[in-house]
Amino acid sequence: MNIVSVYISLKKTVADPQGQTVKHALESLDYKEVEEVRMGKYIQLKMKDATEEKVNDICKKLLVNPIIEEYRFEIK
Amino acid sequence: MKFGVVVFPGSNCDHDCFHVVDKVLKQPVSYIWHKETKIGHFDCIILPGGFSYGDYLRTGAIARFSPVMKSIIEFANGGGLVFGICNGFQILLESGLLPGAMLRNTSLHFICKFVHIKTETNSTPFTKNCKKGQVLNIPIAHNEGNYYCDEKTLKDLKDNDQIVFRYCSPDGEVSDKYNPNGAVSNIAGICNKNRNVLGMMPHPERCSEDILGSIDGKYLFESLL
Repeated sequence: MNIVSVYISLKKTVADPQGQTVKHALESLDYKEVEEVRMGKYIQLKMKDATEEKVNDICKKLLVNPIIEEYRFEIK
Repeated sequence: MKFGVVVFPGSNCDHDCFHVVDKVLKQPVSYIWHKETKIGHFDCIILPGGFSYGDYLRTGAIARFSPVMKSIIEFANGGGLVFGICNGFQILLESGLLPGAMLRNTSLHFICKFVHIKTETNSTPFTKNCKKGQVLNIPIAHNEGNYYCDEKTLKDLKDNDQIVFRYCSPDGEVSDKYNPNGAVSNIAGICNKNRNVLGMMPHPERCSEDILGSIDGKYLFESLL
């Protein structure tokens, strides 16, 4: 059995108002060194015989909308 | 003219759409449960607003794989009229029947209010009774109505006259000031190249009777007849 961790975030070219709001909150807490915050999703899959090809298929078909999002994953 | 209204788990404007077709347009209409794989004969299929599958993952992302969607995609590709309203628009984007994607409103708030939209084209079966440039007073109610597409897609939409509605002032000025959700180019609704599939965020079914404060939604439904 594999555990697959999928990390999804908005593409760099897509504005992320949630991330910007969190960044402003961090600024108001005096964490001025934070330059950018990008929000995303974390999805964990428990599956048999995980291969890169299979996980890419799953991501492209359902988990990720390639028009607005990018992703990476780890198989353990 | 036979209408079908698709019901997904979490649809909540299905009865409103059914009511307008049945009582205002006085046309035959039936519900189509999302698990149906054969949809029978219809002239126009409405994908109503709501929160199909709780908007889990992304709006419309799971509904897009409902059993009924295969038939609806075939119906659309065969030239059948498909009318996606709000969540229905989001499902059309996820299914690839319309280009682009939906993001959260830039304000991060759910917005529920009347807005004005400008009819950018009346050469669609959905807007043929409108005048080009006609301003409609119509409600929106959404959290993810911030339409996004890349520059190439936007150019294609413009070149092919696929932008059907844009958010505007009461007298038709299109500018950032009247953009409620951050949508690219103030886009409130688009159609496909073949002009038989329309997706829009505002709710025409909520403004098709005098008692509801505006009857501008009726222009769209009556255009279909």
